Amino acid sequence: MKRSNKPIFWSLFGAGGMLSALIGPVLIFITGIAVPLGLIPREAMGYERMRVFAQNGFGKVAIVLVIGLFLFHGLHRMYHSVHDFGIHVTPAMKAAFHGVALLGTLAAVYLVSVIG
Amino acid sequence: MKTYRRPVSATWWRRNPYYVWYMVREASCVVLTLYALTLLVGVARLAQGEVRYEDWLERLSRPWAIAYHVLAFLLVAYHAWTWFRIMPKTLPRVPVPDKAIVVAGVAAIGVCSMLLWWAARP
Amino acid sequence: MRTIAIECLRYHPETDEAPRWQRYEVPFSDDMSVLQGLQHIKDELDGSLTFRWSCRMAICGSCGLMLNGVPKLGCEHFLRDYYPGPLRIEPLTHFPIVRDLAIDQSDFLAKLESAKPWLMPKADPGEAPHRQTPKQLDDYYQYSKCINCLLCYAACPQYGLNEKFTGPAVLALLHRYNADSRDGGKGERMPLVNAEDGVWGCTLVGYCSEVCPKGVDPARAVNQNKIESTKDYFLRFLAPRGSK
Repeated sequence: MKRSNKPIFWSLFGAGGMLSALIGPVLIFITGIAVPLGLIPREAMGYERMRVFAQNGFGKVAIVLVIGLFLFHGLHRMYHSVHDFGIHVTPAMKAAFHGVALLGTLAAVYLVSVIG
Repeated sequence: MKTYRRPVSATWWRRNPYYVWYMVREASCVVLTLYALTLLVGVARLAQGEVRYEDWLERLSRPWAIAYHVLAFLLVAYHAWTWFRIMPKTLPRVPVPDKAIVVAGVAAIGVCSMLLWWAARP
Repeated sequence: MRTIAIECLRYHPETDEAPRWQRYEVPFSDDMSVLQGLQHIKDELDGSLTFRWSCRMAICGSCGLMLNGVPKLGCEHFLRDYYPGPLRIEPLTHFPIVRDLAIDQSDFLAKLESAKPWLMPKADPGEAPHRQTPKQLDDYYQYSKCINCLLCYAACPQYGLNEKFTGPAVLALLHRYNADSRDGGKGERMPLVNAEDGVWGCTLVGYCSEVCPKGVDPARAVNQNKIESTKDYFLRFLAPRGSK
């Protein structure tokens, strides 16, 4: 019986699930609701403040982890959901879903490295 | 032996509320992915300079964007809740009752949320 | 005496191309189970109705049915709760129909055997019996309560979508032996666990554990083994384990 390589994706899925469970709701609230509505002052997400955050080592790691793990969690689950809707999933689709997650993660790494 | 195989329809999940909620839980991943991509765009705009970044920030303030984030918030909150509700089943045997794990998880969400909220304020 | 409408899915392979519904009016008292309702139909109304049953007390696992679309044991649910009806009774979903309400279990039985659900003792205790502390018993006891009723397979949408998925009960029984302190066969069972259609076919819908009449909690058995499978995947290069 062929060993599945699911453990790799499942570990990323699990890490992303944990992170998004712990801080997903509050992040969405802050960036998508509180700041736009002025519940928190606009400067919270102001250009200068965010640039300083992104230039900080901890900030870079945080940005890459949040974007990367959220993507791996979301896209891995989306891949499974396609199957749940009765659509036959192929290795190509598996590569596509996880490939987007990988690309997104790499893009985040590249961006935080050029920000300074 | 002649048997009859009943076909499984693509709308199997609509038959039972339990399955519907499962699909809602799974659907949360779509908004989570879109949110991560939104953040990615934000970081890209940040790298491109103040004008592009402020433009991105302004788009986030549009009514449809806020409405979308309310929906995203609800779905991801549901993901968070179901994540910890299911967690006891994924852990190896621990001398802690299931309910304690769920309560600890929800408490952790509360603590992390408060910390981030506090850190976000300028 | 009140009467409840019961609709049964009928299928006789020698005469039917496809299943069809048949309605019966069944007089019942408040203490009658759904199984007794079916027995009344067979005894008094329509002797051709076929269904499995045995113990009438939720221990043999024979009378699994879909009652209004929910997998249940016919002997432990009561007609009074479905009054006035119609109560729709179908054979367990995700299984081929042999005749009327009887399903073909051969797929499950083949998978059960492949999980090696028997004790492979770690050590030979010789003349003495194996010894086990209450805690060691607790580690696997709930998984030993499975009566092979197959309600979990009817509940599992992943099994419905992919018949090759090993499924809840088999994985729970596999875990029952892996978790037994007397057992040393984990290495032999890991290939089944690690396969794409082993534990990795599960997306933790969790409905299997909801419908289980014996409290086995197969969802837990399967998902604990995701961690085991992951450990096995990443650590396999460090220490040789059992057989491949």
